[in-house]
Amino acid sequence: MVKNTTTKQKKVPKPPTAPKTKAKEAKLYTVTFFHNWCKSCGICSAFCLKEIIKTDAAGLPYIDDMDSCVGCRFCEIHCPDFAIAIKDRHPERRSSNGKQ
Amino acid sequence: MLESAEIIRQEYLRHDKKFPHVWCPGCGNGIVMGALLRAVHSLGLSKNEVVLVSGIGCAGRMSTYVDFNTMHTTHGRALTFSTGIKLAKPELTVLTVMGDGDATAIGGNHFIHAARRNLNLTAIIVNNSTYGMTGGQYSPTTPFGSKSTTSVYGHVEHAFSIAELAATAGASFVARSTVYHASHLEKMIKQAIVKRGFSVMEVISNCHVQHGRRNKLGGAVEMITGFKERSVTVDKATKMSPEELEGKITIGVLADIEKPISTEEYQRVIAEAKQHAEKIAKEKEKNGVKRYEE
Repeated sequence: MVKNTTTKQKKVPKPPTAPKTKAKEAKLYTVTFFHNWCKSCGICSAFCLKEIIKTDAAGLPYIDDMDSCVGCRFCEIHCPDFAIAIKDRHPERRSSNGKQ
Repeated sequence: MLESAEIIRQEYLRHDKKFPHVWCPGCGNGIVMGALLRAVHSLGLSKNEVVLVSGIGCAGRMSTYVDFNTMHTTHGRALTFSTGIKLAKPELTVLTVMGDGDATAIGGNHFIHAARRNLNLTAIIVNNSTYGMTGGQYSPTTPFGSKSTTSVYGHVEHAFSIAELAATAGASFVARSTVYHASHLEKMIKQAIVKRGFSVMEVISNCHVQHGRRNKLGGAVEMITGFKERSVTVDKATKMSPEELEGKITIGVLADIEKPISTEEYQRVIAEAKQHAEKIAKEKEKNGVKRYEE
């Protein structure tokens, strides 16, 4: 038993480095909701791939965890009221593949 | 390439006058309008060379919101008005937006004859299987057995299949899509606009307020999820048996043929008639001169 745990502990240190590099390369997006036109139908929050769009008491959508947005634009093209706009957060970085 | 909704909003919509629109929360008409505007934007057409003609109904409200040359016409007669526009100014791109009742019930005759003549038009038919604006009466596309204001115990008639009707009537391009497949819908609309000849685009949409509530199909989200589950592509549908295809929605291009276009043939006839008239006039002139000399 003791031998097994020691071998497992030795293999551990590698994984933390991998996600860090991924997070640096990930493209970031900004989702803006135009609440004047929103009718709170709930399509955006129901179909969100990452399930980050939440609704308040009046049914209006909001996002807390904006960095998790992958920019699939499903909510933008399925919004019947034209109330969602998605933009690249750093459009100037696009040519250099996310590197500054 | 998808464009940000802000470009669509600022450029192609009458955003300072007519918004927010009158459609119910979650209505598929908004999704169809967005796909149509993105298709026009990606084709690079200027707003002055596009005409949007629409009939009466929920889908007919679309001409109020878009910033093209627009025309809001009488019930069922949208295709006749667009025929006139196309004959008078053949260089314009004419888009016709109709509902299912507008196209196949009140304007059914105009629809099949426009397909037979093969005019160079694009018809986008939003099929929500009910008359939504007037209170949920049954329409020609209401499925057998479903409930509506005028069929409280279940509908006793069978439904039209708009796309197959158009293909049989002789349309050059027929495609079908749903509001769930919004990017597929955009691609199909783009193909329909580019195609020379009469192109019909049937869009299966949701009316959760009038149709969905009476048949316990749920709200907008549940109905749109239902389209996702029920739809099969054309390639897949050819391998399936008719029993398996019952209740399914076949999406994709259903017909794509080449045919002479009547609006162009009409221009050729005009040119030939002019030549003929000139010939007769010349002959008359010659004869007249001779008679005068005699």
